[in-house]
Amino acid sequence: MPNLIKTVAFLFRRDLTVALRRSTDILTPLVFFVIVVSLFPLGLGAEPTVLRTVAPGVIWVAALLATMLSLNRLFANDYADGTLEQMALAPYPLTLLVFTKVAAHWALTGLPLVLISPLLAVQMNLPDSAIGTLVLSLLLGTPVLSLLGAVGAALTLGLRGGGVLVSLLVLPLYTPVLIFGAGAVSGVVTGLDIEAQFSLLGAFLALAVTFAPWAAAAALRVSLD
Amino acid sequence: MLEAVDLECVRGDRPLFSHFSFGLAPGELLHVRGRNGSGKTTLLRTLCGLTRPAAGEVRWNGADIHALGDEYRGQLTYVGHSNGIQGELTPEENLRVDVSLSSNTDTTLIRATLERLELAAYHHFPAKVLSQGQKRRLALARLFVQKKSLWILDEPLSALDVSSVTLMTELLVEHLARGGMIVMTSHQEIEVETRSVLKTIKLD
Repeated sequence: MPNLIKTVAFLFRRDLTVALRRSTDILTPLVFFVIVVSLFPLGLGAEPTVLRTVAPGVIWVAALLATMLSLNRLFANDYADGTLEQMALAPYPLTLLVFTKVAAHWALTGLPLVLISPLLAVQMNLPDSAIGTLVLSLLLGTPVLSLLGAVGAALTLGLRGGGVLVSLLVLPLYTPVLIFGAGAVSGVVTGLDIEAQFSLLGAFLALAVTFAPWAAAAALRVSLD
Repeated sequence: MLEAVDLECVRGDRPLFSHFSFGLAPGELLHVRGRNGSGKTTLLRTLCGLTRPAAGEVRWNGADIHALGDEYRGQLTYVGHSNGIQGELTPEENLRVDVSLSSNTDTTLIRATLERLELAAYHHFPAKVLSQGQKRRLALARLFVQKKSLWILDEPLSALDVSSVTLMTELLVEHLARGGMIVMTSHQEIEVETRSVLKTIKLD
C-alpha cells in the first residue's frame, strides 16, 4: 500500500515535470481560452449589459473548448512512446494510474483556467458578486471535464482523426456541466437561488470521479490490445 | 514456470497461429523465431497479458495470468518495440519511472545500471537527444532496475552495436544463471554456452 501511494505521487510529479519542460502544452489551452473570451467584446460591441448577460455562457463554453483542445495530450504521448504499455503492465490498478494522469491533466489545464477566469470576468463586465460563483463553478466543473474527456481520449487512442472524434464523443457529455455551470453564474447575476446548480455540479463530480477513471482504464486496455 | 496451453491468436480476421503450446522453467530462454508478420509480437503481447488470445490460456505457476492479474504483472518486465522512454526526461528520471511502476522501490541500482550500459555520461541530458541504439539500451536498463524474474523482450538487440550485443548477451546469460526466465524474439542467433537452457520455436 505505501508503494502504491509512492507510485501515484511519483507519476503525478512525472506528468507535471514533463509538461513543464514542454510548456507550450500548458500555454496553448490557456491562451486559447483567453483569446476566445476576448473575441466576444470585439464581436458584440462593448455594451456592458449585453456582455454581462452573455458572460457566463461565453466563459463556460470557452473553458469547454479549451479543455477539449488539450484532451489528445492526455494519453497520446505516452501511448506513442510505449509508456502507457508499461503502465498497463505495472502491478498496480490501472484505474488508479489513469486517475493520477487525469489529476495531473486537470492541474495543468483546468486549474489555470480557473485561476485566470476572474480576469476574464472583469473583462466581460460580470458584477463582483458573480466572480466568486464563477470561480467556484469552474472549480467544480473543470475536473468533470477532464474526467469525462479521459474516457473519450482513451476510446479514440491511436485512431486516425481521433481529435475530431473525441469532440463528437465528449461534447454531448459536457452539456449538463455547461448548463448548470453557466446557470449558476447567470443565477447570481439575476439574483436567483443557485444552491441546486451547485449541488448538481457536485453530484456530477462525485459520479465522474467514481466511474470515469474505471471506464477510461477499461477503454485503454482495449486500445492497447 | 510459464506455460502456454493450446494458444490461438488472430489479428483482425487473420489467424496467426493455433494449438500453440510450450513450457518454460526457471533458467530457460525461449527464442521465438519466424518471418515478419508471423505473429511474434502478438505472441509476446499475449504472454504479457496485453492481448487476449482467441483461445487457450497462458499460465504462470499453473494459474491463468488474467486471473492472477497484478500478482503476475509483478513478476514480469516487458521491453517491446516502443522503448517506453519519455524524451523530455533524463535517462535517470526515466529509470525512476520504471522503478516506480514495479513493486520494488530500490532506486540505488539506477546509477550502477546506467554505468554498466554505458549511459552514465548522458544522465543530465533529456532522453530525446540519445541515439537509437542508446535509447534501446535505456529501454533494456529497465530490466535491471525492476529486477523481475520473467523478461519478455521483443527484438531487444535491434539497433545495438556489436559490443552492446555482446554485453546484452552476457547479461541475459547472467539472468538465466540466477534462475530467471526469458522469452525473446530476435533475428540474430543467441550465443548461450549451455545449450540445454535454450529453446527455439519457429512460427510460420
